[in-house]
Amino acid sequence: MDLYPLLNSLRIAAISTAVIFVAGIAAAYYVAKLPRLVKGIFDCIFTLPLVLPPTVVGYLLLRFLGPKRPVGIWFLNMFDIKLTMNWWSGIFATVIVIFPLMYRTARGAFEAFDVSLAQAGATLGLSKPYIFFRIILPYCKQGILAGTVLAFARALGEYGATTMIAGYTPGRTATISTTVYQLWRTNNDMLAYKWVLINILISAFVLLTINLLEGNIKRNGKNKS
Amino acid sequence: MSLFVNIKKEYEDFELDVSFESNKKRIGILGASGCGKSMTLKSIAGLVKPDRGRIVFDDRIFFDTVKRINIKPGKRDVGYMFQDHALFPNMTVEGNINAALKVNEKKKPEAGKVNSKDSKRALDSIIDDFELREVRRHYPAELSQGQKQRCALARMFATDPKMVLLDEPFSSMDAFLKEGLRLELMRFLDEYDKTVILVSHDRDEIYQMCDHLILMDKGRIIDSGSTRELFIHPKSKTGARLTGCKNISRIERIDDHRIKALDWQGIELITAQKVGEDHRYAGIRAHDFISGKEGVNVITCKKASISRLPFEWYVTFDNGLWWKLPKELSENNSALSVPEYISVVPEKIILMK
Repeated sequence: MDLYPLLNSLRIAAISTAVIFVAGIAAAYYVAKLPRLVKGIFDCIFTLPLVLPPTVVGYLLLRFLGPKRPVGIWFLNMFDIKLTMNWWSGIFATVIVIFPLMYRTARGAFEAFDVSLAQAGATLGLSKPYIFFRIILPYCKQGILAGTVLAFARALGEYGATTMIAGYTPGRTATISTTVYQLWRTNNDMLAYKWVLINILISAFVLLTINLLEGNIKRNGKNKS
Repeated sequence: MSLFVNIKKEYEDFELDVSFESNKKRIGILGASGCGKSMTLKSIAGLVKPDRGRIVFDDRIFFDTVKRINIKPGKRDVGYMFQDHALFPNMTVEGNINAALKVNEKKKPEAGKVNSKDSKRALDSIIDDFELREVRRHYPAELSQGQKQRCALARMFATDPKMVLLDEPFSSMDAFLKEGLRLELMRFLDEYDKTVILVSHDRDEIYQMCDHLILMDKGRIIDSGSTRELFIHPKSKTGARLTGCKNISRIERIDDHRIKALDWQGIELITAQKVGEDHRYAGIRAHDFISGKEGVNVITCKKASISRLPFEWYVTFDNGLWWKLPKELSENNSALSVPEYISVVPEKIILMK
């Protein structure tokens, strides 16, 4: 059994999660502080990929990054790189699809943050980076972790947008989800079952982790009061 | 020590417009919740930025919209005590204090020369001063209310503030704890000899701790002056309410020393204070009535309803008056026989604008 799809899925998910970990936290942090109206607009834009069909995301990405589009042409001319149909092309799709998951959980965590802690830090003269990294982030740790795990799980399962921008080439761009589709099309049930099983195991593991994290949040909440 | 504050800030449905000056060391701001007292305190600390105005403490300009000065909260040398102490939950007692201590070391001119031994010694001495040695490695969630307060005080004093702002420090505590913690807080504040501003909705707290009182209502200062004076002679209806006057009535002036109390079934009362044309209200504190028919201002009492507290009787009459009188705990709950007449001496009638 060729394990390339597993490797490819994992690396796409891992890199995408790393990207949205930073981007999602940053977006959430700044949006949480905006005035209500502007906040609503940004919130809408940042959450949109969550409700759009992945094929729409894929289509828009192709319109944007495709080899005959401005951005695609520019990269082709400058670096001789084609942005689509590579294993890492799936990262573009995955990042956009999972971004809202991270953004929304992180924003929830930031909004639940006790502002007086940051204010206390400010009156003590602590620097802004110190307040953010040593007080706010640790306080929101569990929410952010839960968001990360959830985003990672969704990244593993991403199919629609990925298949449009990276296609399915065995040994090159194949992921677990595109492989399962291909196996079903070719009536290779034996192998399809194996991949389905692997997928279910990974997802179950991830969901268990989330539950454990949420359990921790509740227990900590009790301690605080 | 002198503090000058003159600030304005507008919100959609609220306007803060506060102006006061004081050279006292214990200033209290008393007001109902939502009156803007906490916002005033946060403006002094630099946590809230007023739209316009000026804040000066001891010749140092904290904030001035004309001169475009707005010093950062951390550079104002002002300590702030939050309602729930705002201890950093992810740090131990030691960690909390150390965070502040490290900032203070950097502020000093000989910064950079502070070695780890010195800072360890500074930390140890603060921890000892605030009696936190046993819990130094505990997290805030594991501390008692008293330990939390001492930890917050220790952390605040580690930055060596020149002024201390207390934002409803006891409002989330039960009565039994409150009293002890209040005394402890006063002990530490006296020891460190700082200017203190206390914001509270609890008049007992303010009376006990402050000698200069500022009364606030709906974003404005309605009165300010010596605490005792404002409790004895509140000048406005709201001021009387805030300082705990139970009986307040609209009045009609009859002559220089006689009024008709419109909200108390029109009874006529003689006052010691001269009644001015602009006096609109009269107040009588609930414990200022005397039982019996002797003297002046005798009021006939009907239909009393009595509520029994452990150490007090609360009597309400059908004319709307409240009477509070002390009671022994051991006294039979039904022992109070309500007299047919009560009276109040003219000196105890407060006239207000």
